[in-house]
Amino acid sequence: METETPVPTLSWYATARRRSKARVSGGAAGFLLTTPALVIFAVFFLLPNILNFAFAFTDWSTYSSQVNFIGLANFRELWRDGSLVQSLETTLLYGVGVMVLQNAIALGLALGLERDTPWNRVLRVVFFVPLLIGPLATGYVWRGILAPTGILNHTLSRVLGHGVTVQWLGSLHWTLWVVVAIHAWRWCGFSMLVYLAGLKTVPEELLESARVEGASALRRLWHIKFPLMAPAFTFSAVVTLVGAMNTFDVVQATTGGGPGVSTRVVDVYMFQQFGSGLLGSATSMGLVLFLTVAAVGLPLVFILRRREVQL
Amino acid sequence: MRSRALDALRATFLTLLAIAFVGVPVWAVLVNSAKSLAEVSPLTLAPPHHWNIGSNYGAAIHRGDLWHGLLNSVLVTVPTILLVLVTSAMAAWVFARSRSRAVRGVYYVSIIGVLVPPAVITEIKVLTWLGLEGQHAGLVGVYSAMTMSLGILLITGFVKTLPIELEEAARLDGCSRFATFLRIVLPLLSPILTTCGIFVAILTWNEFFYAFFVLEAQSKLTLPLDLFQFASATLYVNNWNLIFAFVVLSSLPMIVAYALAQRRVVAGITGGAVK
Repeated sequence: METETPVPTLSWYATARRRSKARVSGGAAGFLLTTPALVIFAVFFLLPNILNFAFAFTDWSTYSSQVNFIGLANFRELWRDGSLVQSLETTLLYGVGVMVLQNAIALGLALGLERDTPWNRVLRVVFFVPLLIGPLATGYVWRGILAPTGILNHTLSRVLGHGVTVQWLGSLHWTLWVVVAIHAWRWCGFSMLVYLAGLKTVPEELLESARVEGASALRRLWHIKFPLMAPAFTFSAVVTLVGAMNTFDVVQATTGGGPGVSTRVVDVYMFQQFGSGLLGSATSMGLVLFLTVAAVGLPLVFILRRREVQL
Repeated sequence: MRSRALDALRATFLTLLAIAFVGVPVWAVLVNSAKSLAEVSPLTLAPPHHWNIGSNYGAAIHRGDLWHGLLNSVLVTVPTILLVLVTSAMAAWVFARSRSRAVRGVYYVSIIGVLVPPAVITEIKVLTWLGLEGQHAGLVGVYSAMTMSLGILLITGFVKTLPIELEEAARLDGCSRFATFLRIVLPLLSPILTTCGIFVAILTWNEFFYAFFVLEAQSKLTLPLDLFQFASATLYVNNWNLIFAFVVLSSLPMIVAYALAQRRVVAGITGGAVK
């Protein structure tokens, strides 16, 4: 039996390569390798989220072993007492606030620490330290710093020469932004790393030739670095926003949702509802958060992805 | 000449920023964790008159049940990291090398965890069905699923940057699919696995919200739950010295782990998320 040797044309190489690419891991047997990951993800992530859609419409609670379908009653109640709008609005403000602040600081840090000098490497680790202190611990640390008789007021009193007693965590109007700043403080080392990684993907020759042709540092930043860092922007912006909208620890440890309900984000509200045994109602709130995050996050991915430059 | 002066200025500014941004809060925690109760009201940045390191840290360890919490945190975090790294690496290799549209669809489903939150209260329902409520194994499942999407996303991106020729050669030489993965692909993944491992560790070591819902028995509580209990019980007397001592002790393992792995972390993200 003689097999005909195909004439090696470009397209033949392409097909052969495609075939071999499919073969190295592909095929039905290859797909088996994904099973463990997919099973864990399906059971512990997808299933609870799907159940959310069912239990949000029930009177599930710790007071009764029966779970009854009650339609939209949970949502009506959450709407009527204002907690739905309040906690969702707080969560959105918090999420957007953190996203903007954290990414602005992190981008500045990444551009400042871009060069791979030994001292810059030390500083990168330093700016990453807040992330290594747990979120709950971060909350307690800042609560100590910002308490009425805390470190900040004491230090300000010393510097200004008169007693300062600002209630940093006691304002109905701006304490939310203080907590936002604490959250950004903790996480900006992460975004900094993402931007540093993004900067590494910018080809040195491109910057060099721009420099030779007389482009200023600002122009190189704006016309070369930023467009090529777009994937890093996408990743950091989305992860920051979603992460901040799921915030719990930092808020709980600093203000516990107060003063009043001014910093009561959705997860803090769910925590309180869970504490009072109203599981169905807490699930409804969880569903609202899920849908909101999806509604904000998905378009953000598409918008930012479209702006990305492919090299 | 001008640019050297500018570099020096920039380095000075960033150093001062690091001192104000991180140095001062860390200093505040360290000095106050060594003060007596009388000295932490009000809290100041001054070093303590009397160093109470032994008694404060001893009290935090003893009353905060620190050894137990540490052990429980290790029992949850270590299996989570191993499980996520191994399973998501296997899946990511298939996702990165496949050209099938169906596989691509599955890939997109598997990374939605980066975008949407896990459900918390119905999660307990699932754990109850599986007989895992209140168990460390249950929390390992929750944490693995929570961080799986990030792992798959980062590792898939990284695999795509690896040359496929090595795998083709291994296949031609008669390596089975699994052996190709184990002997050829997995060793090449070590930078991204370090990065992912660190991220999974950061996300799970200090995790409080889900642990609070899942774990109940006192003997099973992880470090953040211990801290929460300890702080809730001692805050009313403003025992900042003990709370800060607990904060220092519970953060140390992560800081040591990061210091050891940090040089490889940036390299991993470069290949993974931002390409």
